[in-house]
Formats: sequence, C-alpha cells, structure tokens
Amino acid sequence: MITRVLVTTGKYLSLVAAAGVALIPLVVVLFASFKTSEEYATTSPLTPPMNWFNFTNFVTAFESGKMLLGFANTTFILLISVTGTVLIGTMAAYALDRFDFRFKKLVFGAFLIATLVPGVTTQVATFQVVNELGLFNSHWAAIALFLGTDIISIYIFVQFMQSIPKSLDEAAMLDGASRFGIYWRIILPLLKPAIATVVIIRGIAIYNEFYIPFLYMPSAQLGVISTSLFRFKGPFGSQWEIIGAGAMIVIIPTLILFIILQRYIYNGVTAGATK
Amino acid sequence: MTSTTSPSSPADTPDANGAGDGSAAASPRPAPRRTWRKRGGWVQPWLYLALPLLLLITFTYVPVGNMIWYSFTSWDGLDPVKEFIGLDNYIKAFTDPRYWQVFAVSLYYFAASFVQLALALYFATVLSFRTRFRNFFKGVLFFPYLLNGVAIGFVFLYLFQPGGTLDSLLGVFGVSETPFWLGDPDVANISLAATSIWRYMGLNFVLFLGAIQSIPHELYEAAELDGANSWQQFRYIIAPGIKRIIGLSFILAIAGSLSVFEIPYIMTGGANGTSTFVIQTVQTAFVFRGIGLASALAVILLVIVLLTTWLQRRIVPDEKVSLS
Repeated sequence: MITRVLVTTGKYLSLVAAAGVALIPLVVVLFASFKTSEEYATTSPLTPPMNWFNFTNFVTAFESGKMLLGFANTTFILLISVTGTVLIGTMAAYALDRFDFRFKKLVFGAFLIATLVPGVTTQVATFQVVNELGLFNSHWAAIALFLGTDIISIYIFVQFMQSIPKSLDEAAMLDGASRFGIYWRIILPLLKPAIATVVIIRGIAIYNEFYIPFLYMPSAQLGVISTSLFRFKGPFGSQWEIIGAGAMIVIIPTLILFIILQRYIYNGVTAGATK
Repeated sequence: MTSTTSPSSPADTPDANGAGDGSAAASPRPAPRRTWRKRGGWVQPWLYLALPLLLLITFTYVPVGNMIWYSFTSWDGLDPVKEFIGLDNYIKAFTDPRYWQVFAVSLYYFAASFVQLALALYFATVLSFRTRFRNFFKGVLFFPYLLNGVAIGFVFLYLFQPGGTLDSLLGVFGVSETPFWLGDPDVANISLAATSIWRYMGLNFVLFLGAIQSIPHELYEAAELDGANSWQQFRYIIAPGIKRIIGLSFILAIAGSLSVFEIPYIMTGGANGTSTFVIQTVQTAFVFRGIGLASALAVILLVIVLLTTWLQRRIVPDEKVSLS
C-alpha cells in the first residue's frame, strides 16, 4: 500500500517537473514581453510583469521587426506550397498505385531513396540549381524547394490510396469515367484524411522552416516569419523584452492551432514520422 | 545518377508495395487489370508523374550529382572553370582537425539522444496508464516539438544568458556559482544539446505513446488478473510491443546527431566550439566560398546517413504491422 502511494506520488512529481521544464522557458519569455525596459532591467526574469496589458513591445516587434510582412510572405508561400504538394503528391501516388507501367519500380525507388538525402547538406549544390533557374531571391525559390523536396507526402498518399478498393475505379470506368475523372472525382475526395495529414505536417514544417528562406531569400522584403524573427538579433541586440514579444508572436499561432487541432496534429505527426 | 541508385531500389520497393492491404483486395481478380492497362495506354501514368519527377530530379538528383562532381574540384562557386583536383578535398576533410573535430561535437548530441529517448519512454509509459490531466501533460510535453526553431533559439538564449532565467532559478535554490552556459566551451555544447532534448523529446514521446496504446488492452487486463505490477507490465508487455519503434528512433538519433544544425546555428552561430558538421559545411560553402570542399563534406555526411539507414533496414526489418 505504501509503495503504491510512493509510486503514484513519484509519477505525479515527475510529470509536474517535466511540465515545468517544458513551460518555464516559454513563460518567462512571455513575462519579459510585457515588461517595460526599465522594469526588465530592474526585475528578475522570474517576476511576472506589473502590467499584463502593456502591448508596446508587441507593437514595436510587429512594426520595426516587419513581422506583418513576414506573416504575409509565409502565408503566400505556405498556401501555394501546400496546395501544390497535395496536387502533385496525389497525382504521383495515383500513377504509382493505380497504373502498371514500365520502370514503375525504378520510379518508386527513386522517390524512396530521395527521402534519405538530408536536406541541409545538399544545399551546397542546390544553391547553384536555384540560381541557374533564376529563382534566387524570390518567393519561388522557397516554393519550388518545398514542392520539390517533399517526398514524404507522396509516400503517405500511396499508403492511403492502397486502402481505397480498386473496385471503385472499375465501377466508375464501366460507367464511362476517364482515368482523370476517376482521379479527380473519386480518388481525390476519398483521400481527404490523408490530405489533412499532409496539410498539417507540411503546414508546420513550412511555417517553421528557417534555412531555406534564410539562404535563398536574403532580401528584407522577402522575410518570412522565421527570418524576420532571426533578424531581431542585430538591431534589438539586448532588448529582450522586444525579442521576447517577437518570439511570442511566432509561437502564439502555433499554440492556438495546436489547441484547436490537437487530435489531427498527433495523428499527422505520427504518420509523417514513422513512414 | 540514376544508375548508381537503381540497384538498391528493388530491395526497397517490395515492402512499400506490400505495406497496405489494398493490393490484397485486387489480387483475386487479375482480369480487369489487364484491360485497364490497354485503356490507360502507356502515356497516361507519365502524364501524372511528369511534374513530380521533374521536381524530384531537379531538386534532389541534380544537386546530389553535382555535389559529387564538385567534391572533386576546387570550385569557389563563381569561377566559370571548375578545376579537377582528385581526392584533395576528401584528404583535407579527413586530415585537417578543423573538419573532423566537429564530429566530436555530434557526440554530445548523440549522448543527449539517449537521455531524450529514455525520458520519452518513461513519460510514454507513465501516461499510458490511467492518469489525471493526461491530455494536459501529453500536450505540454509534445508542444515544444511544434515550435519555430528561431523562436526556440531566442527562448533559450534568454534562458541561458548570464543573470537570466536559469541563473535566477538556480539562485532560488542557493546556487550562485554558475558557468557561462553558452560562453564556456566546456558547457556550451551541453546547454545546446539540452535545448535539443527540450525541442525533440515530444516527438519520440508521442510516437512511443502511440505504439504503447496500439497494444491490445486485454493483455494488460489479463496481466492484472494474474497479479502483475506496473514494472512487470512494462517489462513483459510494453517493452516487447514497442521494440521496433525504439530501434527505429535509436538509429534515427545517429543520423540526427550528425545533421544537427538549427539550434546551434541560431543560438551561437557555431562559436565557442559549438560548430557542428552541417554548420561547418554550409559556412565552408557560403562564407568561405569553398564549394568543392563543402561538397566533399556533404558527400561524407550523405554516405554516413545512407549507411546508417541501410544498417537500420538490416537490424530492424520493416514489419507489416502499422504502429501509428
């Protein structure tokens, strides 16, 4: 009986400690983001701000930090890349799962092997390709790379498509549907759960991506959310209350979406990581 | 490029094809398939594949091919002539301590990944039993994984700065002698590796939890009837049930600790002995304009990652069971 109580106490203590470790780093930054600069200089990082409605740092971060522009650029890239990924990925999966053709295994292998290539290192040579295509310093560099290096999605679509019975295709074909009609009117709508998964995984990945926009879109006008925040390092030097506000502006949308879409996010991330 | 990759493709494809159950549904009726092919024609699949393949070749295979070629040249990225210099870049990569020393840094992250997996396993096990506020704890432990890397970098720069959060917290417990968490080369890598645990533990945790929860519930009930305690349930039911995902995570940790980039790049820029292999590579390429040498470094990393993946396939064969 006593050991049972001890085990339970230990369990909850460890959970509370872990929650503390996970949350304290974020909460103290939230504290800092509401402090005035004198308050920041004179109080401990662990003291809550005096005024929880002091939004001046957020306004400064938004305006001088060009974060609105960052959100606009991120949204633009995100919408086009995710839509493109869904279309391209489902088409590739449709061809790979529903057609028999020569070199099918070769094509499949080419996609599979590409998932193993670590993205950051090949940038050494990808840079030249992007440059040759004239995409450097434009939104399209990031869009093309997000579309071109996203192979996990094709994988997820193929796996899901294998569970859609082929008899559906056959029935539609007997009714005179074309192959494209089958893809567009039958397969695509049935793929909705897989599409949701891909939208979530890619959405998170693109929103958080730092290096691709940093390397290929150095112009200040092309700052995405990550690079705008990264540029806080210079001008705001040690003004941690403003940097903190900037970090919070980036984190809060993630938090809201996580709370709303929890279940889908867990499923999506699990599907993306184990495939 | 394609010729070098094709030999391994047949080995990969069967498990990808057999992974779903859809193929089984089609096999009893082979007849309609043949008519399909006739009606589809051979052009159709390539129409669907044209764009994906074009993107794949342009942004994966062309760069990898070029990278291998550049690695044998002394190219600076601008010169129209790429001078062939044989294995010089590789020799430099393996003999110049500046380049192979960074491997030592990845050992910190490799060690950290053990801690990370152990923590993830512990919390996944604990939360697979009935617990109050389970969803809250699950969410809190997982949430850091979703965050933007730059935001995490700043959050932890703030945490580790002298007189910052960590020092104040330790002060509360009466510890006043603290090192420069990011300034002292002996400590900096540990601080960064800890940040990395904070960021990625949630993913392993959720994967493990999912695997544990896919174990049939009756097993626990039967074990409880037989009088098994929590430890015995873990040892004889949970551990065997999630062996595969642990093996997978472990091998991913090797590749992961070699490709560490964002956290140290954002937080220290590779200063104070925190440069990693990838930081070294991109700086060689884009700061010091040594595309040839950087390509050689990148090829080395690529080979290591491919080798570990191949080992993974050998040691932890793909099972047909879906763990998600």
